[in-house]
Amino acid sequence: MNFSLFLLAVFDGIAYAALVFMVALGLTLIFGVLRILNVAHGSLYAIGAYVTASVGAAIFAAGFAPFLAFPLMLIAAALIGVVLGGPIEYLLLRRIYHRPEVLQLLVTFAVFMILEDVQRQIWGTQPYFEATALQLLGNVQVLGVYYTVYQLIFLPLVALTVLIGLRLFLRRALAGKLIMAVTEDREAAQAIGINADRVFFLTFVVGAALAALGGALASPTTSVLPGIGADMIVLSFAVVATAGLGQIEGAAVAALLIGLGRSFAVYLMPELQVLVPYLIMLSVLLIRPEGLFGRPGARKI
Amino acid sequence: MRRQLLMAAALALLPATAIAQDKPDSLNIGIATFLTGPASVFGVPARDAAEIIVERINDEGGLDGVPISLTYIDEGAGGESMMAEYRRLAEDQGVEIFFAAVSSGSCGAIAPVAEDLEVLNILWDCGTQRIFEENDYKYVYRTQANATPEMLGALLYLLKTTPDFSTIAVVNQDYAWGRDSWDIFSTALKAMKPDVEVVGEFFPAFGAPDFSTEISRLQALRPDVILSTSWGGDLDTFVRQAAQRGLMNSTTFLLPLGESSLERLGSALPQGVLIGARGDHYFMHPERRDDPEFQEFVETFHERTGAYPIYPAFHMYQAFEAFLAAHSKAIEAGGGEWPSKDQLVEAMEGLTFQGLGRELTIREDNQAIEAQLFGTTVMTDEHPFAVLENMMIFDGEDMTTPVGEESIEWVGSLTPDYVDQVDVATYDR
Amino acid sequence: MLARYVIPALLILIVPLLPFLAPWLKVVLIIALAKGIAVLGVTTLLRAGQVSFGHALFFAIAAYASAFLARSAVGGEFFVMLLLGTFAAGLSGLLVGLFVVRYRGIFFGMLNLAFSMIFWSILEKFYYLTGGADGIHVRRPTVLGISLARAEFETFLFYFAFLLALLLGWVALRFLNSPIGHLFQTVKTNETRLQYLGISPRRTLLVGYVFSAGLCGVGGVLLATVQGIVTPDYAWWIRSGEMVFIAVLGGAGSVAGAFVGALAYELVRTYAAAFAADIWQMVLGAFLLVIILFAPGGMIGIYDTLMRRLFRNGGSARDRDAESEAAYRPAVEGKKP
Repeated sequence: MNFSLFLLAVFDGIAYAALVFMVALGLTLIFGVLRILNVAHGSLYAIGAYVTASVGAAIFAAGFAPFLAFPLMLIAAALIGVVLGGPIEYLLLRRIYHRPEVLQLLVTFAVFMILEDVQRQIWGTQPYFEATALQLLGNVQVLGVYYTVYQLIFLPLVALTVLIGLRLFLRRALAGKLIMAVTEDREAAQAIGINADRVFFLTFVVGAALAALGGALASPTTSVLPGIGADMIVLSFAVVATAGLGQIEGAAVAALLIGLGRSFAVYLMPELQVLVPYLIMLSVLLIRPEGLFGRPGARKI
Repeated sequence: MRRQLLMAAALALLPATAIAQDKPDSLNIGIATFLTGPASVFGVPARDAAEIIVERINDEGGLDGVPISLTYIDEGAGGESMMAEYRRLAEDQGVEIFFAAVSSGSCGAIAPVAEDLEVLNILWDCGTQRIFEENDYKYVYRTQANATPEMLGALLYLLKTTPDFSTIAVVNQDYAWGRDSWDIFSTALKAMKPDVEVVGEFFPAFGAPDFSTEISRLQALRPDVILSTSWGGDLDTFVRQAAQRGLMNSTTFLLPLGESSLERLGSALPQGVLIGARGDHYFMHPERRDDPEFQEFVETFHERTGAYPIYPAFHMYQAFEAFLAAHSKAIEAGGGEWPSKDQLVEAMEGLTFQGLGRELTIREDNQAIEAQLFGTTVMTDEHPFAVLENMMIFDGEDMTTPVGEESIEWVGSLTPDYVDQVDVATYDR
Repeated sequence: MLARYVIPALLILIVPLLPFLAPWLKVVLIIALAKGIAVLGVTTLLRAGQVSFGHALFFAIAAYASAFLARSAVGGEFFVMLLLGTFAAGLSGLLVGLFVVRYRGIFFGMLNLAFSMIFWSILEKFYYLTGGADGIHVRRPTVLGISLARAEFETFLFYFAFLLALLLGWVALRFLNSPIGHLFQTVKTNETRLQYLGISPRRTLLVGYVFSAGLCGVGGVLLATVQGIVTPDYAWWIRSGEMVFIAVLGGAGSVAGAFVGALAYELVRTYAAAFAADIWQMVLGAFLLVIILFAPGGMIGIYDTLMRRLFRNGGSARDRDAESEAAYRPAVEGKKP
């Protein structure tokens, strides 16, 4: 492997990592605050992609300006966060916070199963493809290889912006501080008058919107079709576990690690490509069960 | 729970329908197809085709006055559910005729069961050549070609249209079809054009959402030809990503299942891509497009679904035509009596029938001989998507592995002059 | 109180008769029994407060081991396949167990998931060895050297699986009531006490882990032989999820619940696939939601409550729900930082 191939592999890894990070971010945020591993996250990702692709196709066919593809993604994500994420938290999860975590996980698993069929009822089985956003930004040539600006530059920039934005929000904004407080110690936070229910609701809506945004951002690069949610959830699950549950910056590092591992596998040993994310996850968990950046849980005495 | 058991028991006590020889009140056919999952891009158009065909038959008064009804089995529900439902239909509902299935995996599971249950099973879409090469069946027939002629046809078309290439790379889905089709193609290629170098073999996971890394790698490798037997969303994604990044300008793409993606890909699929259709299937089939039967089906299908029929729809049509032809052949042989299941099965052997392509014949090993159509994409004013030009229809007879031989071994024994031995008809547009 | 035992006894008597009433149901029942035995493994671990989201691993290892055996020169003999498959599952349970018994709660679940997903990727990727996504065809094995036709083989398999389920259910109860079984369950209630007693909780957990892996193995071999095919699907996360799903459906921690849950699950799934082919997932998902939200004790919990209401002895339904929920409580405490 020469140096230029090495660089190509790095570029591919970063582009891929950016997308995976966006999805894993919502998952880890929800876990950090609600302590729920949300399997339905994969469905929200898929629905985000479906809404963006189908609405995009409709409005561009009607002659609207192509640049609207970008605001459309944000609108779709926010809408899904509120319209779907809200009721899931309010009607289902709220009833089971005091329940064992297996049950919590199974509730999101059930929601996932239901949403899979809902998607098929709404969007059918034929793949959707809507790449206006990607075409708008064009290509860039690096070392004799064409990359799309969208994947090589835009997605990593968005990922970085979201990462920094979320960090600032959690540290500086009032709502963010409340979220941090509830994450640290729920009882203490409630004791000083923080409405934990509202914080949970807000977090879940934001997390769901991030999943949908991940789907929206992915939609120009891929075919949107049944089953994309199930694949994405395991992958982002591996990222989150590798990083340490609830670790936001950690998720960025783990996504990079997995993205690079995957792209180097394609260059060196294509057969190992599928194996890489899980191998990374396993080796990290065996050495540090709480993940790369997780804090070890105190043992109950 | 107990109620469910009772319900199950009650259902089980319902009398079975058709008793052989007596004309039944209705004829139920079980169809296994993908209603869910990624392969529903094939399964659902095929179901739509089945509905159109059966509606037409029933509107005309049914099959000799017997109305046909269909029961679907979802392959996407997973092996256990599919087999349970198959057996429920066969053992409880008395269904004796099945069209199953799309995926090679499903066919491999169903064929031995159908044989044991003694029900007529038409393999209407699955492509694995192994089924009749590794086993003998009495009740299982295939009404279309298999992977061997499909891949040989692709190779012949490539050799005829692009004779001067020296490197090739492959990007196939990682499952039996992707692996087997490459095995056949590469073995035949080595036998017929030994100087070609294979520079890259990629088998991304089935349903992979992103091929960016493979495309970067391919751009660095610069092969003359890229083969992909992928289909559905995988193929769409791969083609769009490759086209977007300019890979398709410098390289000849050979997509043996491309026909099923033409309309979906729209203008994203550039000119000059070599396309196949797993048989001679095309909504503008050069030899059939003027037939009223052909036109009526294509129009009804388009009206009903908003899309032109793709090869699974044609395969479904063929399965029905085979069944209908066997039925009338059996009636003739039985002196006008409604045929029993075994008479029907007997009639399948050596059957000649025609769907919406060329005529097909079922060989003694239960494998049908089907012609193969290939073409090159071109943009026209008529459609917002690429259509085919420079079409070639290869005769199936010379491309199907001889009875009793094993495909890989047989294609490995071919010689470079085989290219000119296969009967071919060429059409401009 | 006697009535509480009459209905289960009747059920146990009715099940062997079902194939006479509905021959096609035989296969569904074998699948349900196979899954029930595997779920028994998951249930056993639940008694120690641990939830594994990767037990499909052992299910798949046993299934593939028996498939390889059937394909090899030795040929397929059902009892050899069963023994070898179970042994392979138990052995890999020992190896994986050595790592994972160091962890509790969500980490335990995730490590199991990671192991199973790695095995799944290997099955998918090494096409020439494992048949890739299409798996390996498992020829109908001989039974004690006799080759049976499909119908006879399935009848044999059904009654064998039924007896095996009864036997293994009894063994599981014996295990849980044995001294080591009590220690095993103490991992859930008070692990520290074990250490004060000078007993290694890890080793105790390992014993139970190997036992549960072996049970999953038995289920895997049964499913592989009745299906006639093994696919990587056997190791996928959704299958592990399905096992936990069934355990909760039946009544987490309950031995009988494993089988009741598996039967209910298979029947609902079969009928949903038959009569609502487009939305069978939705039906199952809704079924699961209703159980979790309104009957956390699972089907066994519902049954107990019903019996108590009918005969007015014992605690209220609420107590029972709280009781059955306690089955997984420690997992929650384990994750608290």
